Amino acid sequence: MISDKINEKSPWQDITEGNKIFEAATSKEFCTGEWRTSTPVWDKEKCRQCLLCTPACPDSSIPVKDKMREEFDYDHCKGCGICAKVCPFDAITMKEGK
Amino acid sequence: MAVRERLSGNEAVAYAIKQIEPDVMPAFPITPSTEIPQYVASYIANGEMDTEFIPVESEHSAMSATLGACAAGARALTATSSCGMALMWEELYVAASDRLPIVMALVNRALSGPININADHSDSMGARDSGWIQIYAESNQEVYDNFLQAFPIAEHKDVMLPVMICQDGFITSHGVENILLVETDSVKEFVGERNPEHYLLNAKEPMAVGPYAVSNYYMETKRGQREAMKNARKVILEVADRFEKMTGRRYGFFEEYCLEDAEYAIVIIGSAAGTCKAAVDKIRKETGKKVGLLKIRIFRPFPEEEIAAALAHVKAIAVLDRSEMFAATGGPLGAEVQAALYRAKAGADVVNYFYGLGGRDITVEDFEQVYGKLEKLSSEHEITDMYEYIGLRKE
Amino acid sequence: MDNTIEIRWHGRGGQGAKTAALLLADVAFKTGKYVQGFPEYGPERMGAPITAYNRISEAPVTIHSNIYYPDLVAVVDDSLLESIDVTHGLKKEGALIINTEKKKEEILPLLGGFQGAVYTLDAKAISIKALGKNYPNSPMLAAVVAVSGVMDQKDFLREMQASFAHKFAKKPEVIDGNMRALELAFAEVAR
Repeated sequence: MISDKINEKSPWQDITEGNKIFEAATSKEFCTGEWRTSTPVWDKEKCRQCLLCTPACPDSSIPVKDKMREEFDYDHCKGCGICAKVCPFDAITMKEGK
Repeated sequence: MAVRERLSGNEAVAYAIKQIEPDVMPAFPITPSTEIPQYVASYIANGEMDTEFIPVESEHSAMSATLGACAAGARALTATSSCGMALMWEELYVAASDRLPIVMALVNRALSGPININADHSDSMGARDSGWIQIYAESNQEVYDNFLQAFPIAEHKDVMLPVMICQDGFITSHGVENILLVETDSVKEFVGERNPEHYLLNAKEPMAVGPYAVSNYYMETKRGQREAMKNARKVILEVADRFEKMTGRRYGFFEEYCLEDAEYAIVIIGSAAGTCKAAVDKIRKETGKKVGLLKIRIFRPFPEEEIAAALAHVKAIAVLDRSEMFAATGGPLGAEVQAALYRAKAGADVVNYFYGLGGRDITVEDFEQVYGKLEKLSSEHEITDMYEYIGLRKE
Repeated sequence: MDNTIEIRWHGRGGQGAKTAALLLADVAFKTGKYVQGFPEYGPERMGAPITAYNRISEAPVTIHSNIYYPDLVAVVDDSLLESIDVTHGLKKEGALIINTEKKKEEILPLLGGFQGAVYTLDAKAISIKALGKNYPNSPMLAAVVAVSGVMDQKDFLREMQASFAHKFAKKPEVIDGNMRALELAFAEVAR
């Protein structure tokens, strides 16, 4: 993990030259779900698996497996509510808090 | 075997670029540096070198493309002057903080306004805080020699910083002088290939260049950049030693001319140092007075302790600036040299003069007058004209 | 510095005074001298007065200022005599070379009482005679070499022949004309 090597406690000597990061997709390590003040809740009964919600999510927090969406990735979902707006079947509702 | 030639400063730099044969050169024309990309483009069109020349639509793009190419893993350089470099301002800092070993041929010219195309150091002095190594030249020979040393300094693993190779607009850029060129095979061997440890086009190591750094990281990153600039001191001298072995021409942080026993000294940067040397020779020959010169070659990193040590025995010093900084006091070189002398607890009387702004000529006679003033200053110890102008019309 | 010859050229933009200064630096370099050739840049316009300079020496030259006390002044266009003080700073023992169709007696009153040597040359007539066109550069260059004695005339002609052979590789028929212009100028430059 990059955050084991460089974090907010690292002395300047440990910061890479020019702050460069020599790994891919390190944003996965940054759990933005912590920022969430309202949380989407998925109603599997109402969901028809149309998959309109997945591309609308700005944080790639609606995983898809075998052409079916799965439970939200709450480690990274910031609770923006776009998925609830785009769902044609009221299968996603926003709840206060985490 | 050196090749005896006569070239203008711009021709000399273009020839150095041809010999180095970098991977990429993005550039946009501006007087007086236009000839450099023009000559390089001709070399490429004639099949004499293999470099990707990118004719961009502005200097902002020129520096952006240069740093993009460098981050990708290429050896990249550009050339510009004055307002052209001003339009690169944002990317100058990015190049340095992203630790990209770019080289820029800067032909010093006054910044507008009033609009003026002639020699003046306001462009590079304005960029003195951008994090670039700055190397200045007195003559066409020096700008050529400095250019050959630029990539080995920039690309050294302990440095990884961009380098600005400066020469005075028109005075050296358009003046033809004798020059000794290094044979191309030797240049290629001296400069070597760029083998970056990390680069964007390396499919085996995905990486991010220039990520956002919040307050928790910015200061540590900048401290690392400072360390690189400190390391550059050692590397600059090592590369100069290697250059001396190849050519016999010796370079350091600065040149001391008749300084060893000097009582009165001038500190200066650039082409006017040659004129000052003629004044030193004349005064010493005609009067025997002990006058000398310290010509700065490396302004960034600033060789503070070395300058103070070289001037320790001098009674009176005039620091000459070819750019204003509108502190309503002196100029940038004056401020830094005086800080160096203060920290070294030097006892010399120091004055700081402006000269040559916007291409105003400075002559042997002007330098003789400055030495005369220094002699008077050292006997009377009363500084009445701390910040003076040379060659300014007055009532 | 005592063995340095300093030359100032006056011309108009487009007449090739700058080129002449660079050519002189070139040939002097080839005969083993230390040289400087540089223009003074102002507004760059066709017909505007321009100044160019040469320093030619046996030893390296470090001075980077303009030339204020020349040993020699070359005027490529005599119409400049009315607007510019071409003899300014010119050493008493120095010389002035003027390209003109006029007689020297007509020129002298325009020189502000200059006491030194004045040479005239009808570079236009020479050029037309030798080349069929008005290129005053080459004859003026030869005149400067002849008057200044900065290099041996035979060395100069040899280097110019080589230089023309290189420059006009694709039209060798003009080489002889250019060489003839130089020789005529040597013969005709008159004190």
